[in-house]
Amino acid sequence: MKKYECNVCGYIYDPEQGDPDNGVEAGTAFEDLPDDWVCPECFVGKDEFSPVEE
Amino acid sequence: MTTSLFANIDWVGYVDWTIRDFHGYHTSRGSSYNSYLVRDTKSALIDTVKASYACHLLKSVRELLPLDKLDYLVVNHAEPDHGGSVAAVVKACPQVTVVTNKKCQAILSGYHDTSDWNWQLVGTGDTLELGNRTLTFLETPMVHWPDSMMTYVPQDGLLFSMDGFGQHYASGNRFDDEEPLETVLGEAKTYYANIIMWAGKPIQRALEAASKLDIKMIAPSHGTIWRSHMDRILAAYQDWVVCKPSPKVLVVYDTMWESTAMMARAIWEGASQPGITAKLLYIRAGGYTELATETLDAATIAVGSPTLNGGMMPVIGGGLTYLKGLRPICKAGFSFGSYGWSKGGAAAVQRELEETKFEILREPLECQYRPTPEVLQECRDAGKMLADKALSLACAAEPKS
Repeated sequence: MKKYECNVCGYIYDPEQGDPDNGVEAGTAFEDLPDDWVCPECFVGKDEFSPVEE
Repeated sequence: MTTSLFANIDWVGYVDWTIRDFHGYHTSRGSSYNSYLVRDTKSALIDTVKASYACHLLKSVRELLPLDKLDYLVVNHAEPDHGGSVAAVVKACPQVTVVTNKKCQAILSGYHDTSDWNWQLVGTGDTLELGNRTLTFLETPMVHWPDSMMTYVPQDGLLFSMDGFGQHYASGNRFDDEEPLETVLGEAKTYYANIIMWAGKPIQRALEAASKLDIKMIAPSHGTIWRSHMDRILAAYQDWVVCKPSPKVLVVYDTMWESTAMMARAIWEGASQPGITAKLLYIRAGGYTELATETLDAATIAVGSPTLNGGMMPVIGGGLTYLKGLRPICKAGFSFGSYGWSKGGAAAVQRELEETKFEILREPLECQYRPTPEVLQECRDAGKMLADKALSLACAAEPKS
């Protein structure tokens, strides 16, 4: 599963970690995040994220 | 007016003695917009002031340097209290190159016509040689906006920390050892709670990055400069980034006909146990600013509102909206309030507390019209429960010895 980076603040969504503070379990792919999920650090939506090329 | 930090590094900002409302934040002691001038073979101005005070900034710079000799303007953050005079400086200093990061450039270009500005874009680890001194840059996104950056002068161990470690505090002196320390720390706490409480994780990362630097002085963009008590402000930040709970109970309320006030006082009485600091905050007296500040280090919080038009009182609603955005973590509490012919206020408060991710300690504590002696006893018991919970949360937050 790919990591995604927030274009605005640089936060990295790591599917292995999920976003437990906001109810997203570890192991959740970025694509499976709910549509209303927002960056936990700067609040922008999923459309402001880009895949991290590794 | 200027003040020397080191030889040829001077504060050239503006002290705002009159401001009391900083986009809703009650700045009871005013503020300052700190700008700094570094004179070397090349000269650099670090940040500016609010647009309305540009003439004061330019006058201070001119006392030290002809304006046409300013080579660089470093912009660590585009928000108008710091970036507001960038356009005026560019206009007054024809040679100047604006040194900033890509995100800040985009924001500046959203606020100003930047079409004829000279730019030099920098990022973390980049340096700018001025002669004997070097500026090095550290991007610290979300401390306080995506563009936020700090600038470090290794030769002096001087960190221009932008909004980090700042305070809304107007004073005649520029340094922490020239002002009453507890007052300055108190204003730093109010600033943290009201401006950046929600950014705990990005601030933790910034603190970690800054810990690798040899820092002898921290020059923020608001308030006094830290040179003698850096240990105190750095230790305080370590607590604040995790909203570390102290053995403190906060009881916040609004009231119509004093019933919710009676309940609030009874909860507060019950919470006033040995080893506990219990505070009672009437929201219309203390306002949102005090609510945020008192929440930062409280362990448990009760929020009360009578029922008005089937819901909560609007001032409590506004306060809870403000608090939710500031995202305090690790808080526990419950709602309370009186009602008349129909309920709604306390339940609406409880929903907001749930959305703010409070641990909810009990169902809303409600009473119809006037609290009976039995209800007031229930309030005291609930207050005691808040105190017990606060002690256990504060104890759990202390490092194990």
